[in-house]
Amino acid sequence: MTQIITRKTLSHLDWLEAEAIHIMREVAGQCANPVLLFSGGKDSICMLRVAEKAFRPGRFPFPLMHIDTGHNYPEVTAFRDQRAAELGERLIVRSVEDSMQRGTVVLKHEGESRNKHQSVTLLEAIEEFGFDACIGGARRDEEKARAKERIMSFRDEFGQWDPKNQRPELWNLYNARVHKGENIRAFPISNWTELDVWQYIEREQLELPSIYYAHTRPVVRRGVGQNSAIVPVTAITPARPGEEIIDLQVRFRTVGDITCTAPVESAADTVEKIIAETAETTITERGATRLDDQTSEASMEQRKKEGYF
Amino acid sequence: MSALERIEKMGIDRGLLRFLTCGSVDDGKSTLIGRLLFDTKAILADTLSAIERTSQKRGMAAVDLSLLTDGLQAEREQGITIDVAYRYFSTGTRKFIIADAPGHEQYTRNMVTAASTADLAIILIDARKGVLTQTRRHSKLAHLVGIPHLLVAVNKMDLVDYSEEVYEKIKADYLAFAAKLGIGEVGFIPLSALNGDMIVDRGGNLPWYQGPTLLDILEAAPGAHADHAEKFRFPVQYVCRPQDSANPELHDYRGFMGRVESGSLRVGDAVTVLPSGLATTVKAIQVGGEDIPEAVTEQSVTLLLSDEIDISRGDMIVRSGEAPEAVKQITATVCWLSETPLDRARTYLIRHTTRETKAKVAAIDYRLDVNSLEEVPAERLAMNDIARVSFKLAQPVFADPYGENRATGAFIVIDESNNNTVGAGMIL
Repeated sequence: MTQIITRKTLSHLDWLEAEAIHIMREVAGQCANPVLLFSGGKDSICMLRVAEKAFRPGRFPFPLMHIDTGHNYPEVTAFRDQRAAELGERLIVRSVEDSMQRGTVVLKHEGESRNKHQSVTLLEAIEEFGFDACIGGARRDEEKARAKERIMSFRDEFGQWDPKNQRPELWNLYNARVHKGENIRAFPISNWTELDVWQYIEREQLELPSIYYAHTRPVVRRGVGQNSAIVPVTAITPARPGEEIIDLQVRFRTVGDITCTAPVESAADTVEKIIAETAETTITERGATRLDDQTSEASMEQRKKEGYF
Repeated sequence: MSALERIEKMGIDRGLLRFLTCGSVDDGKSTLIGRLLFDTKAILADTLSAIERTSQKRGMAAVDLSLLTDGLQAEREQGITIDVAYRYFSTGTRKFIIADAPGHEQYTRNMVTAASTADLAIILIDARKGVLTQTRRHSKLAHLVGIPHLLVAVNKMDLVDYSEEVYEKIKADYLAFAAKLGIGEVGFIPLSALNGDMIVDRGGNLPWYQGPTLLDILEAAPGAHADHAEKFRFPVQYVCRPQDSANPELHDYRGFMGRVESGSLRVGDAVTVLPSGLATTVKAIQVGGEDIPEAVTEQSVTLLLSDEIDISRGDMIVRSGEAPEAVKQITATVCWLSETPLDRARTYLIRHTTRETKAKVAAIDYRLDVNSLEEVPAERLAMNDIARVSFKLAQPVFADPYGENRATGAFIVIDESNNNTVGAGMIL
């Protein structure tokens, strides 16, 4: 771990880190049975470093949990397991496929993305373990519904978010109180931007799954204009008839379910180059890469109301 | 300057500034925020084209920048801002968080919420309209919530022919009423958000104004804790006892975790623990288990003490000789946040720092009429009301007056039946 340099005024990264530590400790102090959602993605990797700074030399006062759609990049799930083992912390994995077997998740058709169905599996896991708080790595700069969400966001016993009836959140006096069956979603890095995340990764020398860096992979270009995307060709997302498969140098800005995460064309193979690209980019992180958010203007808000992160 | 050059300037880091914008869409608030975000490259092309499409769909002639912050379905359907939105931009030397509070009258609670974490407030005035009731209300609220720096931005100067006379008149009017409210230092700037005059660039239309641009003011503004010495306040959030560790050296480890709400502390300093009043010294200050020599304001650290003292969440560590008073009755300016009015017969829960206690209303001294700014008698408090209220507490809290310390002077009121946050208080 790098040495913390203290000064009279905290640098912007030090301030963001201190705020995130404070939020995690509030969850630990106020909630009886919290869990930290860890996907192996860059935001949750930052959160694990924040948790180390918050709780070491003690163990984390919460286990880690991943809701696996079964359609994640193998590099990312391998990294997830490796990181949890290095930290010596307990990792719980619950899978959308199990919910499908139970019959609680029913796909409209075989090829339907399992991404939004994660909510069902998450709510089942919350019930199974009796979690009263889930710590997540969502950021307010990602999406406009998230920009309006509290740092400690209340969910009723059906896991629903009510955006019009949120608890006011003043100063740093967070209210994580819930009755049995309800839960809190806590977002320690709410105030971080994509650039802050990359600068933190650089400063803390955090290891990431390899697909965040430029690499060559077979892809197709799908759609036109505003809605065009680079779609990776995998067993789950094969090329459609008539599409030309090309080898392209790409990197992922966000990593999630294979069916709805697209890479961007890039030669940035180091953190420094990614920071430079992030500062110069003209497209938002989710705009470039999340096929699920473009369905409608309110798709994230809708999913969150149904229990999604 | 390109974004990359700005990143390279990162060598100088002036930290982070949180500011609030007060005003209505009519004052050009959204245009101002849009201009700041656009000129600092914080709005990206896909976001801009999405709001262009929506503006067109609604038959608007120009791009409606309020669509940037109105993120909820209900807000877009009704064309109003319901909730506080947070926006981010960076200039390379400083990161900024804008809290954009709706200007509408019934949303006092949103403004108080947004103001609670702000270091600076921009109060927008339409140059054609001058100081309005709304200006007075916003200024009073910003002052009440203790925002250290107020900046009055006289916008739409293009619509008054960039007249210095108009600007000076508004400035004089504002200063006259600010003095009555007890508002001390106020900054002023003339600008046109629409044309971009004095936002990031000076433009050519305001040659008589010699002061800095808006962005220069924001970059140079001192943070909330910067310009005065503060007492050390450390509410304990969590106690770390890694007894089960394989490392025998950790068997006696007792780390007291929290955030330095004000002041600073060095290893060896004498401290007192509240409520026990026991004194000891600081053995070590750590982050992530590693030693650092000093803890500064707003830093999250772990304190190790020289003597074994029983300390738990809700206790407070302070510098010896500077302890705040332990009080079981508090008088505070309270903003009521809930649709359910305050019920004098009920018991509420108060959270002050990391401490919780049951509380009952002892008296409502008066309610503040936010329009006339007069104090009027009140028996009950409804949503958006601001009043002076006294509470009796079941357990003592370690409080400073809010005017001296925002962290140890503030509290929230919680309704235990549904666990909602129903009130916000500032101790007098």
